[in-house]
Amino acid sequence: MPTTCDWENSVFKRSIENLGNRTLQAVWRIGFAARFFVAVLLHSGTAFRRFGLTIREMYFTGVLSLIIILVSGLFVGMVLGLQGYETLQTYGAEDALGILVALSLVRELGPVVAALLFASRAGSAITAEIGLMKATEQLSAMEMMAVDPIARVVAPRFWAGVISMPLLAALFSAMGIFGGYLVGVQLIGVDEGAFWSQMKSAVDFEQDILNGVIKSVVFGVAITTIALFEGYDAPPTAEGVSGATTRTVVTSSLAVLALDFILTAFMFRGLN
Amino acid sequence: MNRTVLDFWVGLFVVAGIAALLFLALKVGSMNTVGASDSYEVAARFDNIGGLKPRAPIKSAGVVVGRVADIHFDNETYEAVVTLRLDNRYAFPKDTSAAIMTSGLLGEQYVGLEAGGDSRMLKNQDQIFITQSAVVLENLIGRFMYGQAQEGAPQ
Repeated sequence: MPTTCDWENSVFKRSIENLGNRTLQAVWRIGFAARFFVAVLLHSGTAFRRFGLTIREMYFTGVLSLIIILVSGLFVGMVLGLQGYETLQTYGAEDALGILVALSLVRELGPVVAALLFASRAGSAITAEIGLMKATEQLSAMEMMAVDPIARVVAPRFWAGVISMPLLAALFSAMGIFGGYLVGVQLIGVDEGAFWSQMKSAVDFEQDILNGVIKSVVFGVAITTIALFEGYDAPPTAEGVSGATTRTVVTSSLAVLALDFILTAFMFRGLN
Repeated sequence: MNRTVLDFWVGLFVVAGIAALLFLALKVGSMNTVGASDSYEVAARFDNIGGLKPRAPIKSAGVVVGRVADIHFDNETYEAVVTLRLDNRYAFPKDTSAAIMTSGLLGEQYVGLEAGGDSRMLKNQDQIFITQSAVVLENLIGRFMYGQAQEGAPQ
């Protein structure tokens, strides 16, 4: 019958099939990522028993990210000092510069910008490394030797990232506050006592600093999980590894921003 | 890379990170929230609290002695009931008065305590009876204009 024949080959049907296929792929990938995450958690005994493995990865993810984190923190803090002073002085409230710099860094900029830098500096490196290990069949070789690649390769990197991220965010915030102090107090000449004492009275340890640390731990889990999964799932070709590296940076940056909104909505809603 | 060199750098990184956290905790932030164990709560009723918020400071002679723990509306007396959490180190007489004040012209609102002369002290779950409501700017302007109009009225 002509009508069924039309339906079989119609663009409409094919686009529906295409959509269904994409949806199934996406759901399958999310499920695979979740199972991967659980597997990493279950196999993380080795990462703690042989803590040397984790320390080695902390060197590559944490210590080598220090330069970019410290320098960016300093400059972000210095820009905050300049811009904040410009705006605050129109209201005659330049003494509140310390509050502005400290609160914006500790609550938002510290965890988020440090996480974005971490994703592009360390996350991409993790994906490329694991993707290449897979492409050159090092992971298969490990399995042949009865070594679990998740426990030996993936879990130490996961825990190294989760431990490094809050430390990097704290360093970023501290460096930024120092940068704000340099510009605000030393360069522009805001009163030093007012800068520190107003900051101290406005920043609360539990509400602001602890919440910032919680944020950075969540970002650390998200970034390292995405980076490890993309590397582990990458097609074993040069093109596949490069695509996976790009996807790591894009996906984890978006995940950090989305998670930041959700966490902020929970933490700071109804504070006042 | 040599194992000990690697350990050294990671150790330095962790120490620096913890030092940064300590700097944030001690130099930048402070424990503003008075814990429930070293504080006592008293209630105060106000006709109007203005813009008072939970966690607003309670000051006596300009010194912070506690924080506002809770604010709710009493549907029988149509008053605002403010729970004040005061630090255990500070004791106030029973006839202490509470007023809602504003720091500066546009600043945040806080509860000011004025100590009375009673020899008995406020205890946990007591109530402060002498209270003064927040000054609402619109009422003030309205009263001022009303007064001006009366003054200017022909005798």
